[in-house]
Amino acid sequence: MDTSDEAVLVARLQAGDQAAYAQLVEEHAGRIYRLALRMMGNEADAEDVLQETFLSAFKSIDTFQARSSLSTWLYRIASNVALMRLRRNEPVQVSVDEPLERDDGELIPRQFFDFCCLPEEELVRDEVRQEMKRAVEELPPSLRSVFVLRDIEELSTSETADALDLSISAVKSRLMRARLKLRERLSLYFSHGSISTETR
Amino acid sequence: MGATGHSHDHDQHDCRRYLDGLSDYVDGTLGEELCRELEAHMAECENCRVVVNTLTKTITLYHQLPSPVMPDTVKERLYTVLDLKPFYHPAASDAQADTDQPG
Repeated sequence: MDTSDEAVLVARLQAGDQAAYAQLVEEHAGRIYRLALRMMGNEADAEDVLQETFLSAFKSIDTFQARSSLSTWLYRIASNVALMRLRRNEPVQVSVDEPLERDDGELIPRQFFDFCCLPEEELVRDEVRQEMKRAVEELPPSLRSVFVLRDIEELSTSETADALDLSISAVKSRLMRARLKLRERLSLYFSHGSISTETR
Repeated sequence: MGATGHSHDHDQHDCRRYLDGLSDYVDGTLGEELCRELEAHMAECENCRVVVNTLTKTITLYHQLPSPVMPDTVKERLYTVLDLKPFYHPAASDAQADTDQPG
């Protein structure tokens, strides 16, 4: 949707046009559901996040000022809803506002198995994909949200920063940590053929 | 990069210097000078080559993950909750529903 089409849609939304609300849902619900599913890791919670996102968006559409696209604005609402729910569900284990301070120890690569040399069919097995999804779900939420938006939904760095209300450097830092953690985990998985429960 | 048991003739600290730039490097956004330095380093350091290659491959594998599709039942309930039920139309392709599991 180009900028002028979006401006027209926003005007209709702010005028309370029900068909415009339906258009917004039709165009964006699929992406928001995917984000919610990747963040929450289960369909029931993802559906709750989806519904809460659009309820919240409809309630606050009057305050939308087009500083970002509708898409990024919805991602921002959905990310906030998901992170709040994760914090509520796991108040002890989950730190949504994980400190940005670097712990170099956690970043230093320790696995050097070159799984790039494995046959492609080995890398895309269903079991591997399940492991990849588990690995994302087990990232701290602050890293998971950046990784999902940037590397799975393929938003740009600045769109991701906008959606998560982070600086560009914070996005880059968290993305690097997420990627290195996932690389480490996949390297371990491929070097062992599977991952033991003790290492999770 | 902190190799365990791998021998190369320079200090691990040399590898650690490049950690911060790896993500930018695989995105193609690392500055030219740092890029040259890292590539010169990788030419000598097998572990760093493996880390960069597997980091790139990790990102590629995640890009290739099938996207979960919102089931029609979820979409229908969303339209109901939003009081937009008259506008609801099931997506034709969703009849095949996604077999992809959460995540």
